[in-house]
Amino acid sequence: MRPAKKSTRRSFVFWLLAGWVAYFLVPWYGIEDGFFSLEWLSADYLWDSDYAPAFFLLLMGEKWWLAPLLPALALPLLCLRFEHSDPRYAKFLILAGAGGFAYLIAQGFTIGLQGWQVGWMESLFGPLGDRQFGMGYGALIVASAFLFLFTEGIAARGAVNGDVFVVGSIGLVITIVGIFVFFPIVQMLINAFIDQDGSYSLVVFLSKFADRNLWGLGCLDGTRSCGAAWNSLFLAVLVGALTTVLGLVFALVVTRTDFKQKQWLRALTVLPVITPPFVIGLAIILLFGLSGTVNVFIAELFGQQPTRWVYGLPGVLFAQVLAFTPIAFLVLIGVVEGVSPSMEEAAQTLRANRLQTFWTVTLPLMRPGLANAFLLGFIESMADFGNPLVLGGNFDVLSTEIFFAIVGAQYDQGRAAVLALVLLAFTLGAFWAQRFWLGKKSYTTMTGKGDSGMHPKLPKVLAYPVYSVAAIWTLFTIVIYAMIVFGSFVELWGVNNTLTFKHYLTAFSVKFAENGVLWTGSAWDSFWTTIQIAAISAPLTAAIGLVTAYLLVRQNFAGKNMFEFGTMLSFAIPGTVIGVSYILAFNVPPIELTGTGIILVVSFIFRNMPVGVRAGIASMSQIDKSLDESSLTLGANSWQTFIRVILPLLRPAILAALVYSFVRAMTAISAVIFLVSAEYNMATSYIIGRVENNDYGLAIAYSTTLIVVMLIVVGLMQLIVGKRVLSRRSDPVPVPA
Amino acid sequence: MSKQETMDQQKKNQNAASVEFDGVTKVYGKSVRAVDNISMKVEAGTLVTLLGPSGCGKTTTLRMIAGLEMATQGRILIGDRDVTTLPATQRDVSMVFQSYALFPHMSVLENVSYGLKYSGHAKKEVRELAHDGLNLVGLKGYGDRLPSELSGGQQQRVAVARALVLEPQVLLFDEPLSNLDAKLRRRVREEIREIQTNLGLTVVYVTHDQEEALAVSDRIIVMNNAVIAQDGAPRDLYDAPNNTFVADFIGEANIFECEIDKIFKDEAYITLGDMQLILPDRGLKAGPASLAVRPNRIILAPAGVPGSLKGHLKKVTYVGNHLEYFIELEKSDIFAVSSDVNAIYKSGDDVSVSFAASGPVLLPE
Repeated sequence: MRPAKKSTRRSFVFWLLAGWVAYFLVPWYGIEDGFFSLEWLSADYLWDSDYAPAFFLLLMGEKWWLAPLLPALALPLLCLRFEHSDPRYAKFLILAGAGGFAYLIAQGFTIGLQGWQVGWMESLFGPLGDRQFGMGYGALIVASAFLFLFTEGIAARGAVNGDVFVVGSIGLVITIVGIFVFFPIVQMLINAFIDQDGSYSLVVFLSKFADRNLWGLGCLDGTRSCGAAWNSLFLAVLVGALTTVLGLVFALVVTRTDFKQKQWLRALTVLPVITPPFVIGLAIILLFGLSGTVNVFIAELFGQQPTRWVYGLPGVLFAQVLAFTPIAFLVLIGVVEGVSPSMEEAAQTLRANRLQTFWTVTLPLMRPGLANAFLLGFIESMADFGNPLVLGGNFDVLSTEIFFAIVGAQYDQGRAAVLALVLLAFTLGAFWAQRFWLGKKSYTTMTGKGDSGMHPKLPKVLAYPVYSVAAIWTLFTIVIYAMIVFGSFVELWGVNNTLTFKHYLTAFSVKFAENGVLWTGSAWDSFWTTIQIAAISAPLTAAIGLVTAYLLVRQNFAGKNMFEFGTMLSFAIPGTVIGVSYILAFNVPPIELTGTGIILVVSFIFRNMPVGVRAGIASMSQIDKSLDESSLTLGANSWQTFIRVILPLLRPAILAALVYSFVRAMTAISAVIFLVSAEYNMATSYIIGRVENNDYGLAIAYSTTLIVVMLIVVGLMQLIVGKRVLSRRSDPVPVPA
Repeated sequence: MSKQETMDQQKKNQNAASVEFDGVTKVYGKSVRAVDNISMKVEAGTLVTLLGPSGCGKTTTLRMIAGLEMATQGRILIGDRDVTTLPATQRDVSMVFQSYALFPHMSVLENVSYGLKYSGHAKKEVRELAHDGLNLVGLKGYGDRLPSELSGGQQQRVAVARALVLEPQVLLFDEPLSNLDAKLRRRVREEIREIQTNLGLTVVYVTHDQEEALAVSDRIIVMNNAVIAQDGAPRDLYDAPNNTFVADFIGEANIFECEIDKIFKDEAYITLGDMQLILPDRGLKAGPASLAVRPNRIILAPAGVPGSLKGHLKKVTYVGNHLEYFIELEKSDIFAVSSDVNAIYKSGDDVSVSFAASGPVLLPE
């Protein structure tokens, strides 16, 4: 006999308890040295104004505005006495949860460092005479308690079949996306309408929007260069299409041919993604720049002066395609593997030959994957800022324009905001077009029946072009990386080509003293910080991304489209804008994060989450829903189903999300450069600093080290997550290094 | 239910419970009524089949019992408990899916253990129960295989074992045999029936195959266009269908338009062409009515028998154990079968058509 389910009750009691404990025992406000330094944990921290929990602040007669939270915490206590099905249970929880949460937010925004934040409240109530700092863990836990008590109430009223886990997850994702995506963007967009004097003005916005630098078409008649908006769009479409094709080519070689060295190919295609983007830009300059090796060689061959042809569209396009093809590959490999072999076998028994099968069945079934890959390439290109910075020349794109609008001499936040709006419009347009293309067709191919078929090999007509493209691209990648490694051992590129270890020694020297190891190299600080931040943010990113994907694919709820839009939005925002908007939004209470490691982690989570979501959606829509349903009818709840059934089948997607978010956290530069602090300096910003000092040798040596470290990490992750075993007849694929 | 029967069932499965629908409606979107105001009761320990053509609402009904769909209106009771708003997890119901829905990443044993782990059993007990379940369906020794390493029939048994080991209040089958070949289908359906009777399970079974339904059920609920067309024992449905739909869907039936002359002592006096019949009135009044006759209850005789219908044989087909006749009457064409394979009638012959004594039945609707 199946025992009565207590889980709903358990999570309710847990969050209620958490709320009370936090209110009475956990420091309410943020602590300068960090919560986990545990410096605050002394015998009398309860009575120390800096560390006191909310209740003891009240006892000391401070921060009276925290008092109304107490009744909101007390109300759910009544619910302990009610049955789950009692309408009062739901009603009280919703009331307490929503009320408490809303009040917490409201007081946070009305009372700040200087007392009242809002003018009319000061004139209404008089000066406050007290102030409050950024919220700390006490406030965080109480806020979470209110949130989940609220979702508990919503679920008890029967929303989403009364599923506590699903409603709670929806609530959580909406809340954090609201705080860390919409709130900064709104702060940012408000700036688009602010003129020099700080007042709001539509004219200012329009004049900035209609700028010729943005929409000019001068390049068509050859008089001058085109506007940044057109450049970005053109570049992004090219990059999206090329990366998708190349990604598909590699996915096909790995899964559908007799090619024996598949694991090397996998490793090779992963190389560019673990490389900080500007490094590829640098390598391309070393090859094709004014004094680049290849450029000089060819110019001498034809007896001409070397030119700067690579700066501009060709160079940026080249670098971006190199950098983003692996993303398309990572997305597409799961999809290509996921196409049910029996579909293809069915087509072949229906007298389609291999080529016809490929065109009429395999390719159409991969449409969601192809669309996702294109979308990722498009958005990545739009948001990329490292490569246009290094290789752009006169080819202005939106992301660099935004950067210069804020960092450059202009310091025009309004202009940056307007440019960001245009960028957003493009990426959202691509997003909408993708939905339109996929339409309402079903792409479910993995049913609950064990599939025992085999993928057909690629038809010969396709195999040869696919092989040659893959070979050329691989060769090229090898050359690029050879240049990088070689460059790290060269004294001074192009001037003094003697080989040396000196760059590595400067960065990573170690001394063994009596009391242990001394990390004397100049790069160690930023190196450990980077590893730490990346290791914290990768699993969080993957978790949030996959839970979101699960909600989007498997659950139906009101406002789902808005929900999807919200979770994908952060991807459409270039890192530069995230950096600036985070500084604007989180520099002051109620949420004060600048200068901490948390802001870096948070920025990575929300910047990389859409990849996890996309990968999750693509793989999950290939798992038949009857698998979840049978798990539910066997007595597992939706959380257990998610853990035991969905996640194991999603291993490729998990791997993609983990690897991608870890690597992106280590290689990202655009957002990071605004958010680093003396204490939390990241590898990439340190490298950029070296580049600015013309210390190319050290920069390249550090980059090479990063690449090696990430290779090891990626390999380890692949070992841990492993490959899903579903069919005895699929040929065993060795775990790639 | 007598006290003795109740006790018997407690020995078998203490958990088997009844299922009751009280005015249940399911609306998809704004206006698509998949199930329209259905009331019915499945007694504990019985096997009830939901039978009907595709799109009639039978699967939706099943999924509402499972808790995979929520009723838009009405109440659903399992045992004495109102489960209308409970999700699948919290109902003590398990289901065998049409696609089997075996978890492809788990071994057979892990699949069967899956639900047990969430039922509060100790680890050792889970193992034992799962092995018992596999033995019960004849898959001893297959525990370590992956689902993809089993044949379709074996996969089906795993799916049954997985649902069975939980000893649920209600066990649901969604067209469980549709992916099996004909011979296997017959065998598996007998096995399911045997397990159900031996363990005293409450089973709700969805199918569109009337023969399967007749073979396994204690009771059949025929559905059409989102409502119940008829609810009764297999024999009742076959012998006394309520309407043209049921008459034709369960077995085949020839429908005759006839005239009830009068009703006397619950018997209807009927005129059909030259034929006079006296049949139970089934609540009908004098006036035009419909009469259903099974193909095997039609008797042929050489032309010219008084008080019969004149017919012309269009076609005679020999199908091994019986003959099939296609007969043209004045008003309609009918279909008859005869187990007398030594044909004395050839196509083109004129014949007299009459009905066997227990053959014709009036259709009340």
